Amino acid sequence: MPSTDPLDATFAALADPTRRAILARLATGDASVTELAAPFEMSQPAISKHLKVLERAGLISRSRDAQRRPRRLEPQPLAEVTEWLEGYRRFWERRYERLDALLEEMKSTTRAKSRRRRAPRPSSKGTQR
Amino acid sequence: MSTGTLKVTTPTDRDIAMTRVFDAPRALVFDALTRPEYLKRWLLGPDGWALTTCEVDLRPGGAIRYVWEHRDGRSMGMRGVYREVVTPERTVATEQFDDPWYEGEAVATNTLIEARGQTTLTMLVRYDSKAIRDAVLKSGMERGVEVSCDRLADLLKTSGVVLRKA
Repeated sequence: MPSTDPLDATFAALADPTRRAILARLATGDASVTELAAPFEMSQPAISKHLKVLERAGLISRSRDAQRRPRRLEPQPLAEVTEWLEGYRRFWERRYERLDALLEEMKSTTRAKSRRRRAPRPSSKGTQR
Repeated sequence: MSTGTLKVTTPTDRDIAMTRVFDAPRALVFDALTRPEYLKRWLLGPDGWALTTCEVDLRPGGAIRYVWEHRDGRSMGMRGVYREVVTPERTVATEQFDDPWYEGEAVATNTLIEARGQTTLTMLVRYDSKAIRDAVLKSGMERGVEVSCDRLADLLKTSGVVLRKA
């Protein structure tokens, strides 16, 4: 589905594990194409293709250093995606915290039932003849 | 893995996956996920929304009906149909809102794995398209939060990145 939403471009760019690894590397500091290619078993042109996708999504930029043209991480689009995931996570976490409390209650009910089953009934002996 | 940490990931363009460990055996977690008397206790909406109608016909082809109601009178309904029921390991069910805020229907798969008395629950929801999946994620967004390196680190973790030193 064609879309002009810049956040869609961010998600598309993040859908690839190599590109996510490149971003993780850039989170530790700027790096040149050669440096970025080093940990991958990939040619520099293949890495350059990934870098272009990341650049189009606004996730990275080139700094002015004319010699190495190191890539730099641009945090804004990532932060927006993080907000989505974080908001969604918080919504479900609140539900699951209530589920935790319910499960504790269910566990103690189950324990109480099995204790009652195991324990001899005080009246049973008296009724035997 | 410790309990209480909810992980949200996007394994493909159309999916949202959530993984959470609960300190309870699988049979109890399965009951809590499939029996109305338990669902009403925890499957609430945002603040002020209660799950007032909850009907679950737990068998393949069986119907699911949820209605949440807000104190101010608004309501929101969802219906679905079970495609698979494997007690207490797995359920697959469709879900669709009455007043659809996203197109089409989603398919939710719950998988429960028990180890040492704890249960890992994975809920994978697959939407009809990437655009719909993204809209669902956006619905949980809270604006106006400062950009920070911590949040970036969280995202990278959430996206499943293993950081290797170059």
